[in-house]
Amino acid sequence: MPTFIPLLPLVLALPLAGVVLLVLFGGRIGGRASGWLATTMVGFAFLLSLAIAFEYEGLREAPASSGTEADHALDDEGSHSVEEHGASPEWPVIERKLWRWMRVNRSLPLVVAAEPLAVGDTIDETMLDIVDVPYTDALGILDLSISVHRMWSADQALGLVARDAIEVGEVLSDMNVSAGADQIRPLGIPEAVGDFSLDVGLRLDWLSVLMLLVITGVGFLIHIYSTGYMAHDPDRRRYFTYLNLFVFSMLVLVLGSSFLTLFVGWELVGACSYLLIGFWHRSEANASAGRKAFIVNRIGDLAFLVGMMLLWTHFGSLAFGDVLPRAAELTGLAAIAAPLLLLGGATGKSAQIPLYVWLPDAMAGPTPVSALIHAATMVTAGVYMIARVHPLFDNAPGAMAAVAVVGGATALIAALIALVQVDIKRVLAYSTVSQLGYMFMAVGSGAYVAGVFHLMTHAFFKALLFLGAGSLMHAMEHGAEHAGEHPEALDGIPYEQDMRHMGGLLRRAPRTGWTFLIGGLALAGVFPLAGFWSKDEILLEVLAHGGGLYTALYAVGLLTAFLTALYTGRQLLLVLFGEPRSEAAAQAGESPLSMTVPLIVLAVLSIVGGLPVLSALGAPFPERLGDVLGHHAVEGLDKIVLALIASAAALAGLGLAWWMYGRRVPDLGLMAGRAGAASRVLWGKLYVDEAYHILFVAPFVRIARVLWKFVDNGLVDGAVNGVGRSLLAAGQWSRRWQGGRVRGYGLSILLGAALMVAWLFVAAP
Amino acid sequence: MLETANAQGFPLLSLTVFLPLAGAVLIALMPKRHPLLDFAIAIMTAGAAFALSTGMLAGYDSDWMVNSPRAAFQFADPATPARWLPGGITFQIGVDGISIVLVWLTTLLSLLALLFSATAVRVRVREYIALMLILETGILGVFCALDLFLFYVFWEAALIPMILLIGIWGGSRRIYASYKFLLYTMAGSALMLVAIIGLAQWAGNGSFHYFDVIGGMVRPALDQRFGIPGTTFAMDLRVALFAAFALAFAVKVPLFPFHTWLPDAHVEAPTAGSVILAGVLLKMGTYGFVRFALPLFPEVAHAAAPWFLTLAVIGIWYGAWVAFAQEDMKSLVAYSSVSHMGIIMLGIFALNAIGMAGGVLQMVNHGLTTGALFLLVGMLYERAHTREIAAFGGLWSAMPRFSVLFLIILFASVGLPGTNGFVGEWLSLLGAYQAHPVWGILGAFGVILGALYMLSMFQRVFFGPQSELSASMTDLTAREIAVLLPLVVLVLWIGIYPATFLDPIEATSTVWAAALRAGAEVAVGP
Repeated sequence: MPTFIPLLPLVLALPLAGVVLLVLFGGRIGGRASGWLATTMVGFAFLLSLAIAFEYEGLREAPASSGTEADHALDDEGSHSVEEHGASPEWPVIERKLWRWMRVNRSLPLVVAAEPLAVGDTIDETMLDIVDVPYTDALGILDLSISVHRMWSADQALGLVARDAIEVGEVLSDMNVSAGADQIRPLGIPEAVGDFSLDVGLRLDWLSVLMLLVITGVGFLIHIYSTGYMAHDPDRRRYFTYLNLFVFSMLVLVLGSSFLTLFVGWELVGACSYLLIGFWHRSEANASAGRKAFIVNRIGDLAFLVGMMLLWTHFGSLAFGDVLPRAAELTGLAAIAAPLLLLGGATGKSAQIPLYVWLPDAMAGPTPVSALIHAATMVTAGVYMIARVHPLFDNAPGAMAAVAVVGGATALIAALIALVQVDIKRVLAYSTVSQLGYMFMAVGSGAYVAGVFHLMTHAFFKALLFLGAGSLMHAMEHGAEHAGEHPEALDGIPYEQDMRHMGGLLRRAPRTGWTFLIGGLALAGVFPLAGFWSKDEILLEVLAHGGGLYTALYAVGLLTAFLTALYTGRQLLLVLFGEPRSEAAAQAGESPLSMTVPLIVLAVLSIVGGLPVLSALGAPFPERLGDVLGHHAVEGLDKIVLALIASAAALAGLGLAWWMYGRRVPDLGLMAGRAGAASRVLWGKLYVDEAYHILFVAPFVRIARVLWKFVDNGLVDGAVNGVGRSLLAAGQWSRRWQGGRVRGYGLSILLGAALMVAWLFVAAP
Repeated sequence: MLETANAQGFPLLSLTVFLPLAGAVLIALMPKRHPLLDFAIAIMTAGAAFALSTGMLAGYDSDWMVNSPRAAFQFADPATPARWLPGGITFQIGVDGISIVLVWLTTLLSLLALLFSATAVRVRVREYIALMLILETGILGVFCALDLFLFYVFWEAALIPMILLIGIWGGSRRIYASYKFLLYTMAGSALMLVAIIGLAQWAGNGSFHYFDVIGGMVRPALDQRFGIPGTTFAMDLRVALFAAFALAFAVKVPLFPFHTWLPDAHVEAPTAGSVILAGVLLKMGTYGFVRFALPLFPEVAHAAAPWFLTLAVIGIWYGAWVAFAQEDMKSLVAYSSVSHMGIIMLGIFALNAIGMAGGVLQMVNHGLTTGALFLLVGMLYERAHTREIAAFGGLWSAMPRFSVLFLIILFASVGLPGTNGFVGEWLSLLGAYQAHPVWGILGAFGVILGALYMLSMFQRVFFGPQSELSASMTDLTAREIAVLLPLVVLVLWIGIYPATFLDPIEATSTVWAAALRAGAEVAVGP
């Protein structure tokens, strides 16, 4: 008997309890204790998740004995150039309904005959039964007019005479039970259909177990880090409340057993993101960044919402267990529209073209937030979602290709923009967008395991990089304090985030510096760090998918790998190596242990995180995840050669970075878009924000004012007031027999009404 | 389903409806002016009404379709219609699953509005309280009346105190606003009276009772379908009668383009008046559609549905868009109501079970959320004596508790999952999508538009550098929190466990929706 798996709801309850406790008592216990309370909650959630994961591992069944009742086999029916092995899952899918959320159908009782009746029999109550017939007009199964006729006439069947021979179970209505009429119509009892309520439920399989571990694990580390990073913020309590709420919401997202539960988490993480980006709300820029994130996400959510309505219309359910096994039933427009709408949602949450614009701005939030929400967990929700509902995508190769193309384009463009950034966090932000594009390329090639694998390794090394960046910013602030002066902010970038003021920080903050270096090399895809394995896996799968489009995407992926190494190398060189370029950097100091210990843990994970994919170790990762997402084995390609090509691209990127920025002192005057037209365009982020502003934002604001001032106050209200004024004029004209204004109106209304009553009586049938 | 029952044999419902009126009379009879005593009476009677309606909500049998005596209308009083006035006018009140939640909402918001008014009103306190109580009885009667004439009496009875509340205790343009409100609603309700009289004569065979009228309207069509001889109304007459009802209700909702009285009325009304106006008075319009305009004329409703759905979608877009431009917080909330009421209308005119259930639940949600928003803006106004968005900024630091409560209500208003707004919007939109995907998709844009104006306003008021005015603000008092807390709790309750309200609503709307479709099929052919 499992002990920990039934405690799954507790994993959710712990961070939620943290939120409630912090709201109720946070003021009394103070900021420091608030931080530790929140951290403890997530820590326990992580421990429980670990226990659940180990226990789940033990539920493995022999491959032969498949087909237990808990099985919801998500058969992968896509057609790929790669072969699929082992169709029957070895681990059970565990679903747990928590409560019925929305009841959307209800049985209509019909009166039926309990015993056979002959023509002319008089019916009394003892001959009747009431049966429930589930009602749904989604499927139109019920002949409503019959049942409703029955309802209108209440109990009129009683005491009447059968005019038709009535079988047992036949519905009684005025049609077969009547005193007079002789018309006979056939009646049938509608077939019973299933329960159509929308439930709140949890689902446990390897995909959700993995996400559970990543979220609680990385979340726990970032909570610890935050206790140090936010130590001097007076609003710590609010910060940790939001952070706990986020962990809860993210867990709802990945544990939800239906589209709708997933969507609950999906929107809640968006709200937490909104609150945390604008955490330092006194600055207008932060507040605007938060709002932008929420609204851009909502555009994606609209697509998701419509997608759910479409799925509901077709399946009458939104539970994964009901919809996904029947995904192939979708045909025609719906088959392609459903995954495309979900993709629309994913482009918002995971910052892909065309909705990626919010993520770079989101770096306005505290750095641990960037690490947790905007790198490791929330922004990967789109990838998770596509993997989770992959049968819908498998069913529509066109939608798959769209996912891959969106991913490829985003990966490339974001990597290009990252090349010219000088803000340490912005480089990482664009890098995140680019890496998410990588994951989209993977899932768009049907390589769900590879996509989720990269999701995990990326969570390790990108969280590490963001936290490291935060620690380095701390170090810079520390140095500026020591030096008694801080460098001027250039191009509107705070000095402590500006890489132009850094340099040589590896010596000044060794723990942070070395771990940052490991994270950077993992991101660049250097053998044998985590990023190498997952990136290699994706490139391999994209190429293996075959076809011209995917071969082109492979080239894009390779180019992006090169660019990734280039901008990462540039960042590492500018930040960690060379001579300090400001007094603040020269006197920078290491951060406290509460911040560096999480860095070290993440660095270890960034080193070894790629190993579970190795077949030499039994490939535990693909084996387990493939259980949910379908087993793929790539054949016919030389993996070693491809790995060498990918490695060469990465090393070339790093080499070029060294040639440009490490060989000699970099020319700071050429940075921030001052090195020619191309760099200016990239520095301007391809002017997408400006284009959106001109195309959407400005017209919206202008039309809003026109609608209010001109249309509403002028036209609509004016029309009505005009009617009023003409009535008034009529009143003036006829004031001999009508006194005041309102009384005049009232009288004319009453008079008119009386006339109409009179007319109606005359015209009555 | 056209059955009434009163299992308790006790006039619970009548007590609920008429207790506030009794309180008003009592206050009027009090010999001396004791504002505190007046308030005590008012709070006690409104509180008792709330307690009774809570009991009825808990006691409402949602499984009436299988439980004897299978009556949708429960707590009927008297159990069988009583003769009231000559000419076939009867007296009977009762609640089905749709009415009961609205009755409960009315008693809750009336109580909270009175609690809020304890400090907000300083002139003619006694008259004010009495009018609030009379208003409550009027609205409750609208939601319970089972006789069309009785319904009309309550409808008008609710109108008059509201006009006086705006006209006497309102802002600087109160006279203009109250006249505008009066004329709009009068124009609609006069036609409705004509339609009611006409219906009673032909459909009800001289009876004004709801069951008689609806039976008279629907039976002939059903009989005809099944070959039983009988006469039906001429289609153009049905259209005319439907139009008379629909106009009265559309003005009340308000459906675009009949909405322009709403911003004026809201901006001028005292806070408690706005709470009742937006919270429950507007629901009289949507309730009228659900109770009368649709079931009485199913085939006309089906034919007219595309028009109403179009107006609803326009309302969603237009209300939100105009709200975005507002400079006054109260008129922003008022225009947001136009948008939200559009979503309710979208759900109702989907004419299916899901949409109708969503629409009715959204009536409750909108009452709670918008009621809370008006209370919040009112509390701010009491301190700052302005509602201009630009005057604030950085309010969060000065009023953290106020800000958190505002934030939760804002999330409910934009329909974030976990709050009541999501459940209602989702079901309404899902229903509309099933009617035709286009309606669902166009309506769903409200999700983005709502976030646009709400978040912009929130940012300008609460975030950014602190204005001088904001810095001088003090946070909420315990009494103010006590007024808001029930609403916040309900917002989350309905978001997480809506069954308390959704079950009775759904039990009733499922049947009504089936009846609507059947009625239309019968009249037009399947």
